[in-house]
Amino acid sequence: MKTWMKATAVAIAVAVITVMSVDGAIAQDGVQSLRGGTALDEGLRAADIARPNTGKRFTRNYRQQPPLIPHRIDKYQIDLKANQCMGCHDWPQNVDANAPKISETHYVSPTGVRLNKVSGSRWFCNQCHVPQSLAKALVPNTFTSSNDMR
Amino acid sequence: MSASNDDNKSTLGRFWGWLRRPSAGLAVGTLLVVGFFTGILFWGGFNWSMEMTNNEAFCISCHEMEDNVYQEYRETVHYSNRTGVRATCPDCHVPKSWIHKIARKIQASNELYHHFLGTLDTREKYEAKRLTLAKNVWKVMKETDSRECRNCHSFEYMDFVEQEKRSQGSHEEAIDDNMTCIDCHKGIAHELPAGIIGVDGVPNMGN
Repeated sequence: MKTWMKATAVAIAVAVITVMSVDGAIAQDGVQSLRGGTALDEGLRAADIARPNTGKRFTRNYRQQPPLIPHRIDKYQIDLKANQCMGCHDWPQNVDANAPKISETHYVSPTGVRLNKVSGSRWFCNQCHVPQSLAKALVPNTFTSSNDMR
Repeated sequence: MSASNDDNKSTLGRFWGWLRRPSAGLAVGTLLVVGFFTGILFWGGFNWSMEMTNNEAFCISCHEMEDNVYQEYRETVHYSNRTGVRATCPDCHVPKSWIHKIARKIQASNELYHHFLGTLDTREKYEAKRLTLAKNVWKVMKETDSRECRNCHSFEYMDFVEQEKRSQGSHEEAIDDNMTCIDCHKGIAHELPAGIIGVDGVPNMGN
């Protein structure tokens, strides 16, 4: 019984000290709100919009990466009624459109049946494929392409 | 038709008689001048009232238009874009030249009829009919060589260099093959209809 109470008291003390020291560390840097250091009466500058890069296709960073889209897709309709991407990327119209054909794996149903149309589970292209952009990383990181690791 | 037996006729008959009788008391000049100005008034009034039915506010005064196609159009480049140039409903759907405009306005009486019948008064009814409606517009656009598009767009002044690579190629091909805008640019201002698969001349975009 006494050991249990002692352990609790120590745990609480440790927790309080930790919170206070973290608090102190924050106080040293000055408290940062979501607005950063911008005063209330100042306008906050919006982050630049990363515009899609319509030049050369970017290479993939790892083998399984869904290829990036080298053009704008803002007004493309992808819903239950129609999928405008298919107008160029579905076989056989990709031949005339000179566009990359969607992967053969996309013509296989989740249960492994080969289909003559794109599988319903692959219908919403922009779940995986996004327009490429020269956007800077939002958070510093040490990501290295798997090709560079070889 | 003499004045003596006018009493036996109906009001309409008497009016007709009065119209047919040569004017005795009025100078030809007076008749011409009055006729000229009345003509301006009637013609102007006619065109003015037609123009009243030829703007976006009138089009979306019917909820069929406001709740469906107008909402979709607000998401597109013809509503909001970099330069602020806009195309409103009649810019694309009503011809500019007078004869064709009148013809379209007469056809529109059918749309009024169906508005009052309530043919499309719910979203579900609209969706069920969308393919037919879209095909109608595509057919007309094809027949007129996309006349309403060409009020603003033309191949002559199109700078292919400014375009994306894929547009350059397609536009040059379109000139060579004598194609028209609507051949490719379907569903640019409103949603594509369900069941578009298998529609003649449309690449497979349906499921």
